[in-house]
Amino acid sequence: MALDQSFVGRSYPPTAAYEVGREKIREFAEAIGDENPVYTDPEAAKALGHPDVIAPPTFPFAITFKAAGLVVQDPELGLDYSRVVHGDQKFAYTRPVRAGDRLTVTSTIEAIKSLAGNDILDVRGEVHDESGEHVVTAWTKLVARAADTGTESGEA
Amino acid sequence: MAATLAYDDVEVGTELPAQTFPVTRATLVRYAGASGDFNPIHWNEKFAREVGLPDVIAHGMFTMASAARVVTDWAGDPGAVVEYGVRFTKPVVVPNDDQGAVVEVSAKVAAKLDDRQVRVDLTAMCAGQKVLGMARAVVRLA
Repeated sequence: MALDQSFVGRSYPPTAAYEVGREKIREFAEAIGDENPVYTDPEAAKALGHPDVIAPPTFPFAITFKAAGLVVQDPELGLDYSRVVHGDQKFAYTRPVRAGDRLTVTSTIEAIKSLAGNDILDVRGEVHDESGEHVVTAWTKLVARAADTGTESGEA
Repeated sequence: MAATLAYDDVEVGTELPAQTFPVTRATLVRYAGASGDFNPIHWNEKFAREVGLPDVIAHGMFTMASAARVVTDWAGDPGAVVEYGVRFTKPVVVPNDDQGAVVEVSAKVAAKLDDRQVRVDLTAMCAGQKVLGMARAVVRLA
């Protein structure tokens, strides 16, 4: 079923702050098999000019996707989450996420389309730190696949 | 931030060192835990098939994270990445065996931009198919 176009442009209130911990960054880096010391060793991070360990470039998704959950699960929007796959993902960074950050996410629905029975939703998540400075913006395209179709595109 | 690689040492067409990334079911369980993405299509074969997938598939974000390493290892500082985007064109199917799947990532400099930035275009292949489309990163070099 096509989604309601009137949701385009809708913004959701900023999330409660997510505090980025060194051990969470380490766990994430290990899970992607990335042994770069800038993720785990504060001295290595400082040698590159960072005040503390930084997070891998895709780490912010863990925070923005949780925030996008508010959108995806908005009962008024009516997206069938059980059929949602990840279509596109993009990040634009002002600076890398780092340990000690307290980050909030403001999600906005940028576009809603219907294509071959699939509902396509574009969500932008703006991530700011405690002082209100921009850290990263994440654009996420979600595709709710039409029932009874194959798996021609999308990840998950 | 502080990339260790110099902008002046890079040309359009410069190839980045390619890398291969093995992906097993254990990899996906671990990534699910670390990322908080517990969608059962990444660990439950029965569920994956019920929603029309051939088998369990990797998190697209895991593939995206793996591909990024080709860029960050090359640039010297992951904090030098200014933009990074991909399209998930085909799923990485991960069978329940000892081998799992292998994602092969290559990349080259596609353009030199202003402000000591370069655009890198990436190619990620699994089982002979492109699993990422429009995979591009912009990196600020030294």
